[in-house]
Amino acid sequence: MSAPARRWTPSPVVWPVVALAALLLYNLLFTPNFFDVDIRDGRLYGSLVDVVKNSVPVMIVAIGMTLVIATGGIDISVGAVAAIAGAVAGVLIVTHQAPLWIVLVLPLAAALVCGAFNAGLVTALAIQPIIATLILMVAGRGVARLIVGGSALRFPGKMPSFAYLGSGYFLGLPVRVYVAAGLLVLVLLALRLTPLRLYIQAIGGNAKASRYAGVGVQAVKAVVYVFSGLCAGIAGVILTANIQGADAGTVGINIELDAILAVVIGGTSMNGGRFRLGGSVLGAILIQTMTTTILTKGVPVQYTQLVKALVVVAVILLQSPEFRRQLGGLVPGRAAP
Amino acid sequence: MPDDRILEIKQLRKQFPGVRALTGVDFTLRKGEIHALMGENGAGKSTLIKVLTGVYPRDGGTILFEGQPFEVGSPHEAQERGISTVYQEVNLVPNLSMAENLLLGRQPTRGGFIDGGEMERRADAIMARLNLDLDVGRLLGDYSIAIQQMVAIGRALEFESKILILDEPTSSLDVDEVQQLFAVMRQLRDEGHGIIFVTHFLEQVYAVSDRITVLRNGELVGEYETARLPRVELVSKLLGKALQDMETVRKEKEETAPVRSGAPALRARNLGKDTVLAPFDLDIHPGEVVGLAGLLGSGRTEMARLLFGIEKADGGELSVGGRPVSFANPLDALQAGIGLIPEDRKGEGIIEDLSVRENIVLALQVKQGWWKTLSPAEQDALAEKYIRLLGIKTPSADQAIKNLSGGNQQKAVVARWLAAQPNLLILDEPTRGIDVGAKAEIQKLVLALAEQGMGVLFISSELDEVLRCADRIVVLRDRAKVGELSADRMDEQTVMRTIAQTGPAGGAVK
Repeated sequence: MSAPARRWTPSPVVWPVVALAALLLYNLLFTPNFFDVDIRDGRLYGSLVDVVKNSVPVMIVAIGMTLVIATGGIDISVGAVAAIAGAVAGVLIVTHQAPLWIVLVLPLAAALVCGAFNAGLVTALAIQPIIATLILMVAGRGVARLIVGGSALRFPGKMPSFAYLGSGYFLGLPVRVYVAAGLLVLVLLALRLTPLRLYIQAIGGNAKASRYAGVGVQAVKAVVYVFSGLCAGIAGVILTANIQGADAGTVGINIELDAILAVVIGGTSMNGGRFRLGGSVLGAILIQTMTTTILTKGVPVQYTQLVKALVVVAVILLQSPEFRRQLGGLVPGRAAP
Repeated sequence: MPDDRILEIKQLRKQFPGVRALTGVDFTLRKGEIHALMGENGAGKSTLIKVLTGVYPRDGGTILFEGQPFEVGSPHEAQERGISTVYQEVNLVPNLSMAENLLLGRQPTRGGFIDGGEMERRADAIMARLNLDLDVGRLLGDYSIAIQQMVAIGRALEFESKILILDEPTSSLDVDEVQQLFAVMRQLRDEGHGIIFVTHFLEQVYAVSDRITVLRNGELVGEYETARLPRVELVSKLLGKALQDMETVRKEKEETAPVRSGAPALRARNLGKDTVLAPFDLDIHPGEVVGLAGLLGSGRTEMARLLFGIEKADGGELSVGGRPVSFANPLDALQAGIGLIPEDRKGEGIIEDLSVRENIVLALQVKQGWWKTLSPAEQDALAEKYIRLLGIKTPSADQAIKNLSGGNQQKAVVARWLAAQPNLLILDEPTRGIDVGAKAEIQKLVLALAEQGMGVLFISSELDEVLRCADRIVVLRDRAKVGELSADRMDEQTVMRTIAQTGPAGGAVK
C-alpha cells in the first residue's frame, strides 16, 4: 500500500502492525508451540496456518467493505448475502446435482444481484447506506431460508471438488488463502489500472465536489456495493464449502461486524476518504490472532469477547491523533462555539 | 485614553513549522468601536483571532482583556469569558432548531427538563435584537446561510460578549442583510461592545468601521483611523506595493479584442427551469468573457448550475460548439468541454483530505475516462506544472489541500479545470474570500485564458471586478435575465440601474 503522506504522519497501518507484533510476541513467550509449523502429507499445520486460514472469510468481506466505507457508506448486509450465496450453492449441489462451475458461478451471481439491490437503494433511491443495507441484512436470511427450503441443507461428502475450496490444500497452503490473495491482487490491480482509487477517495472526501468535478459518483458507489456483494458471496461459498452445508441461520453470522472492525483497525476512517486495503487485511488477521490466542490460552468463554474488545479499543485509541496528543500531555483546543 | 482599552495585544508571536505566522503583532481594541482587521491571506488575521480565542497556544507576547491577563484554552472558554467569534463558515448544528442553536449549552430548564416554551421565548427575544422575526422552532438547516450567520451573532449576544469577533461575516449576505448586520454592529458598538471585523470588502470597511489594523506576512503594518486613510492607501498597504497589478489587468483588457468568428462556444435559447431561473438566451463566443452581474439570489449561481448540468433544464435548447446538447449531470457538461469553478470552495470545490495533486488531476482524469488512468508520474508532472503556472503556495504536491490558504485552494480548483482544458469555463465568484493579490492574479488569468480562445462566464458580486474583466455583461434580477450590456454601455451606473431600479445598491455589490 502506498501512502504518499507517510512522510508527514505515521501511517495508521502502523498501529495494527504494532498490536499484531505484540500479540505474536506474547504467544512466542507464553503459548508453547504457537509458532510450530508441521508438514504432514505435504500440508502445513500449526496455529499460524490456522490463524491465516480462519481469517480468510472476514478478510475477503473486509476487502469489499473497505471500498464501501471509503466512499462514506457501509454495507451491513454482507452476512446475509453470504448466507444467500451459500444457500444457492447448497440447493444446486443437493437438489440439482449441478456441475462445479455452476455451483461456483450461480451463488456469486446471486451475490452480485444482492449487491446491485443495495447499490440501487443507495444510488437511485438515495437511501442512507446503513438503512439501505439493513433491509437486506434483515430480509436476506429469510431469502436464504426460502432457497434452502428450511433452515439448513447438509451435503457431507457429496461434492469433494466443492469441499476442496473450503478445506482443501494446494502446495501446502489452504486453498482459500489463494482465493483471498488472488482477490486482493485483482483489486489492487484494478485500483492501479483504473482511476477507481482516486474516485473513491474523492467521493468519500467530498461527494458534492466530486460530482462537480465530473466524477460519476453514482456509478462509483454502485460499483463498490456490487463488489462488496460479490466479496460476501465468495466468503459465503467458502464457509459453505467448509462446513459442507448451507445453513441459512449461521453462515456468515456477525461477519459484517468483524469486517467493519477489520477495516477500522486497518486505518480506514468510517468518515470515508483515504483507505488502506493492506490495513484491512492486517485487521482481519489481527482479529483472528486474538480469537485464536484467547482460545488456545483457555480463557473462560465468558471473557473472550471482553479480551477481544480491550485489544480493539487499544488499537483504535492509538490510531486517534487526539488520544496520542493527550497521551503526550498536550490539551487539544478545538471546541464548537 | 487607556481607560477605553478593552483589549490590548502586545508583541504577539506564533510559529508554525514552515508557515508564516505572527511576529510581534500589536493590536488594540477600544470599547465602543468597530475595528477592521485586514490583510491578505496568510497575513495572520486568522492566526491572530485563533490565538486570541484559544484555538492555538501562543509562543510569546501578552494579551490583556479589561486590563487583566487573558489566557484561554478554547473558543468556548473565550466565549464564557466574554469574547465571542462568529466564523466565516457558520459553525452551528443544522439539525437542531434555531432556538436550540441560539441557546445550546445554556438551555433554560424546569424541573431538570428543557423548558421548550421559555427557550423559544428567549430565542425570539434574541432574534428581535437583530430585528428578525422568524420561526425559531424550525430547523436551522431550513434557513439560508445568511440567517444562520445571524443566529451565530445572536448566540454571541446571548453570551453577553464584551468583544465580538466577526470573521468574514458578510461573505454570504446580500445587500439588505449586510445593512441589517451593520445596523446591529453599530447598535452593539453604541452599547459599548468592542467589535473586531475581519473582511475583504473595502466598501464595508469604510461603511462601518472606526479604525483599521492592517497585517501583512504576519507583521503589523499599522493601525489607522478609517476616516483618515484614503482607500488607495489602504489597498497599497494591504498589497505592500503600488496598484500596478490592478492597472495591468485593465490595460491587458483593453488590448484583448474578442474573437467572434465561427460557432459560439455556448448558445442557450429559452433555457430555464421552473422556480430556478426564468428562460433566458445567452451566447458566449470563444475568446469572450461574459460577466454576470446581479444581487445575491438574483439567479447567477442558478444560471451556472443550469449550464453545467447540476440542475437539469426543463425547457429550451442548449448547444455547445454548434452541437445541441442536454446535460443530465456535470459529467455530461465536462465531456462537452465545459468547466465550472463553483462558488462554495469548501463545500463544492476542494476535497479537503486529498492532496493538492489529487485535487488538480481529478477533472482531467474524469475526462480521460476509466481506461486511461493517469500514472503517478503523469499526475506529479501535471500537478507540478500547475503549481508553478499559477504560483500555488504549498510545501509539496502531496500536501493535503486543507492545509493551504483560501487563495491557494482556489488556485488549485482553477488548476483542476485548466488541466481538463475546457472550451468554456464558468467561474462563480472565483475571487470571493481571497486576498487582493490573489484576486488580481485570478482576474489576469481569466483574461489570459480568453485570449487563448476560451469562452468565459464570469460571475462576481463585486461590480468593479465584472466591469474590469468582462467584454459583455448579462444582468440578472429576481431569477431572470433582465438585460445585456455591450462594451460601449458598460459602466457602473448603467449596470447598477439595470440591477436595481430602486437606486444604487451598497454592500456586497460595490
